[in-house]
Parts: sequence; C-alpha cells; structure tokens
Amino acid sequence: MWKTILRRLLIMIPEVIILSILVFLLAKAMPGDPFTGSINPKADPEQIHHLMKLNGLYDPWYQQYWHWVVHLFHGNLGDSYQYQEPVSRLIAGRAGNTLWLSLFTMILTYAMALPMGVFAGRHEGQLPDTVIRVYTYVTYCIPFFVILVIGIWVFGYILGWFPTTGSISPNANGWAQTIGSHLTHILLPGLLGALFGTVNIVQYLRSEVIDAKHSDYVRTAQSKGVPSKDIYRHHIFRNSLLPIAAFAGYSITGLLNGSIFTETVFSYPGMGLLFVNSIIYRDYTVITALVLIYGILNLLGTLLSDIILSLVDPRIRID
Amino acid sequence: MAENFAQHSSISAADLDRLTREAQAEATPSTARIIWNEFKADRPALISLFVVVGFILFVMVGALFINTPKMMETNIVDYFNRPLTAGFPLGADAGGRSILLQLIVGSRNSIGIALGLTIISSTFGICWGLISGYFSGYVDWGMQRVYDFMMMLPMTMMIIVLVTIIPHYNAVTLTLIFSIFYWEGTSRLIRSRTLAESGKDYAAASLTSGTNRWKIIFRDIMPNISSLIIVDTTLSFAENIGVETGLSYLGFGLPSQTPSLGTMIANANDPNNITQYWWTWLPAALEIIILCLAISYIGQVLRRAADASQRQGTTD
Repeated sequence: MWKTILRRLLIMIPEVIILSILVFLLAKAMPGDPFTGSINPKADPEQIHHLMKLNGLYDPWYQQYWHWVVHLFHGNLGDSYQYQEPVSRLIAGRAGNTLWLSLFTMILTYAMALPMGVFAGRHEGQLPDTVIRVYTYVTYCIPFFVILVIGIWVFGYILGWFPTTGSISPNANGWAQTIGSHLTHILLPGLLGALFGTVNIVQYLRSEVIDAKHSDYVRTAQSKGVPSKDIYRHHIFRNSLLPIAAFAGYSITGLLNGSIFTETVFSYPGMGLLFVNSIIYRDYTVITALVLIYGILNLLGTLLSDIILSLVDPRIRID
Repeated sequence: MAENFAQHSSISAADLDRLTREAQAEATPSTARIIWNEFKADRPALISLFVVVGFILFVMVGALFINTPKMMETNIVDYFNRPLTAGFPLGADAGGRSILLQLIVGSRNSIGIALGLTIISSTFGICWGLISGYFSGYVDWGMQRVYDFMMMLPMTMMIIVLVTIIPHYNAVTLTLIFSIFYWEGTSRLIRSRTLAESGKDYAAASLTSGTNRWKIIFRDIMPNISSLIIVDTTLSFAENIGVETGLSYLGFGLPSQTPSLGTMIANANDPNNITQYWWTWLPAALEIIILCLAISYIGQVLRRAADASQRQGTTD
C-alpha cells in the first residue's frame, strides 16, 4: 500500500519539474516584456535595456529558470502589472471564491448523483432507469458553457431569482447576511454545475448496483430475509462508496477546467475569471502562476483518486 | 486459390463461387449492414442521422454562396433588427448583420473545426492507444507517463495561453492546437481494449506464425476493435463541437470577424443583449444543443449496433 503511494509521489516530482519548465518557457514566449507597462512609455529604451540587464533577462534561459524557481520557493510569484500588487496576495484573495464554489458544486453533485445512481440500478430497465438514462445522456453531450448562458438568461435575467454577477452583494452587513449573500451568488452556478456533472457518478453507481444485485452476498442477505431497503442501504451502497469517493479527485480537475467558463459567465471573482482578465491585459506573472497552480491541483486531484482506488482495488497496487 | 481448389475436387469453379456467395449471405452480416439495420429499427435515430448529415451539407454548401467580408460589414441602419423583418428572418445584431447568414457561415466554421479536430485527435489517440496497449513493458510505461503528464495540464488554460503566444492564427492552427490536448480520452479507451485483445489467441497465433508486430496491430487488432473506434469517434465529434465554440465564446477561439457559433453566443455576454436582443445569441445556442444531442444519439445507436446483445434491428 505505502509502496504504491510512495511510487506515485516519486513519479509526481519529474512531472512537476517538467510542468514548471513548460510554464516558464511559455511565459518567456509571450510577447512583450515585464517592464514596458510598468514604467513611463516615454522612457529611454537604453534605460529599459539597462533594467532588463539588471534583472537578468538577458541570461540564458536555464539561469533565468533557476532564479524563478528560487523565488517560487520563497513564495515570491512576482508582481501583477494590472493590479500592482504581489501575485501571491492577489491569488490568495481569489482562491477562496473558487474553492467555495467548487466545494459547493461537488457537494450538490454527490447529493444528486448518489440517490439517482442507486435508484437507477435498483429499477434497472424500468421507467425510473430510463428517465435517469435520458437525463444523463442529455446532460452529458451538451457543452457546459451553453447551459450556463441559458441558465443565467432564464433564472438570472428573466425570472430574476438569482444574482447575475459578483460573489457577494455590496450591502450585506453582519455575518449572517454575508454568508447568505455568498450562498445566493453560488447557488445558480453550483446547481447548474451539479445538474450537468452527475453523469460519471450515476453511470458508475448504476452498474455497480446492478453487478452487486446478482452477487452472492446480496443473495445471502436476501435469503436471510433482510428487507430489500436495508440491502441497498447497508450492503450494496456501502460497498460502492469508496470507488465513488475516488471520483472526487477526478472531479476536481473537471471543476477547475469548468471554473474558467462558470466564473466568466457569472462574473464571479475567482481564479478562473482572474485568468481570463489577465490574458486580456497580458498580465504574464499572474498567468504563469495560475497555470502552475491549476496544474499542481490537477495532479493532486488525480493522486487522491489513484490512492483511493488502490485502497479499494488491490489489483491496481504495485508491490 | 479457386483454380487450385477446382483441380483437386469435383466441384467446378462456378459452383464454388455460388457456394461461397451463399455461405457469405448466411454468415454474419457486415458491420455496415448491422449499423444500417439498427438505424432502420430506430426512427428517431434515422431522423437524427438525416438531420445531422443534411444540416452539415446545407451549411457547407450554403456558406459557399455567402460573401463573408460583405456579410460582416457594419450597417448601422439595420441596428438590432427584430427577427422576421424584411431581409432578416432571424434579425440582426449590433452591427446590423444578418443573424441567419452568420449562423450559416458560423456553423460551417465550427463544424469544420470540430470535424478536423475529431479526425486528427482520434487518429492520434487510436494509434497511441494501440501501440501503448500492444507493446506492454517499457514502451507502455513511457507512453503512459506522457499520458499522465498531458492529463495534468490544465487544458483550457494551456490552449488559451498558446493562442495568445501564436501571433497569426487561423482555423487550421487553431484545430492543431486543440488536437494537442484532446487525444487522451480516446487513447485511454483504445489502450485498455488493445490490452485485452492482445492477450487473445488470435494475436498470439499471428505472432507465432511470424507476422510483423505492426501488421498485427493495424491489420489484426484494429479491425477487431473497429466498432469501438466508430462509436468513440462519433461521440468525440459531438464533444468537440463544444471545444471550439467554448473557446470562441471566451474570446480566444476564432477572431470576432470570423463568425463561429461560439462568437455568436458571446453576444450574450452583454447584459443588454442577453435579455433585450435575445435573437442575437439564442439561435446559435439552440443549434449547438440540437446538433450535440443528435450526434451523440447517433453515437448511442452505433454503440448498440456494436454490442450484439443490445441490438434492436433485425438482421435477416
């Protein structure tokens, strides 16, 4: 068990190093230099030249990369040109919003997917199963951003049930109002994300339940006279819980990728919207930091899933 | 071979031909016939197929007759013309440009990119999966690490960054950039099936009789998983429509002067447009939904055709 985890961790190290080199080189390849924006446009080109030299921008790329990594380990991600503040502080301010939205979406997804998956498996081939299958099919194939746009149009603008921008209303006072306002702002994007993100879990759980229905331990329980409600709740569902938990890691990846769209449509000030704005303003330090953070979070998500899966299924373990 | 056979038996060559034909007719029907029977048995699927194929042909041909630069000229007189007014069946946008014409050209561009992306990324993914699955050991290990690394990259972000770096890009470069990041799903699926297939007797027998490994991969194993490939390619086509349109919606796909379904939906980014001038973006959004539903419905039917136990069509 520990060997598997250790191995996964060791493989992670070169992956992170290659990612950081890639991100660094991409940042270098972006047009413009970090000073053009921050100093007087009438400045002497000679002076810019001097500044670039002073900051080591003419050094070979591997030396620059090394400096960048050293700064990175000191928590210094550079300064944002657009906001004129340290990138680390800027991102820390936005990360919370993305975190809350993702967490909320994930909780809602599981709350919807678990009953649906068990229900569909239990009534295999009957009407509820068909309805759920049509639902998963429809939600699977429609591009998510289209749903977000239509969702904000119907529920945000026409019906006016939900706020359409921001993460908190400006006139919320006291902690109760603050939390309430936060919740109303993440409710619609969270609901849409959950409604359209259940496919994998529902389909997996459904097939697990169908498999379990024909297994020996369920037949034993049935012949002992255990009520079928309890069989589903205590035997089948509990057995499927761990592999289902493993989906949490993978869904982090999906949620992060989706956050760019969700936050843009809802003008929700998280890391995704920050990324889009930074691209528009060519704010390279922020872009590099965000790509690096998203990559590492993806990696951790996959790691989490792999570890849970190897706990569940000994065949995956490498000893 | 027929002549050879005729020399050593009493059956004439003509009889042998007839017998062969009879035997073939009784044997398992061809994949194409199974798929066609499946569509005939499922009316909504047949309708989806005609709608999708007909629509794609319509926009491809229709877009040829539309002068795009002229269409994209601003004409302030027709500012936000309502739908069903003279000359504007679906209305006009802020620049007085016809929504209907933009929809046709935009569909051509978006579907074209999705098709290109599907062809490139599926071909690559299939080859990757076949090779990785067949040559287990170090080859597979190395290829899997590349796969892991690609999965770690934040796809949408990387595409946006690459699009910003490349100074002059067009539909072709855009398709290539997307292709870098969209082959993993296919490769994973094909690899796991190839792993199972390469353990089977026919693959081992072929290897023992001295067949070249590459020939085994592409002539023996690939035909055996062809139904999986067909299904997966169809489903990725439906998914890929969302790739370009999504990026164009954010403003990092096709430039706004080149209409795409995504840039049209981006009209909804303006709070005035989204409610007051709904016709500027809603048709494109509905078109994407219908197109994706229809294509993946076709994919579902193909999946049923690939699995004998699920077929609904009679094969007589």
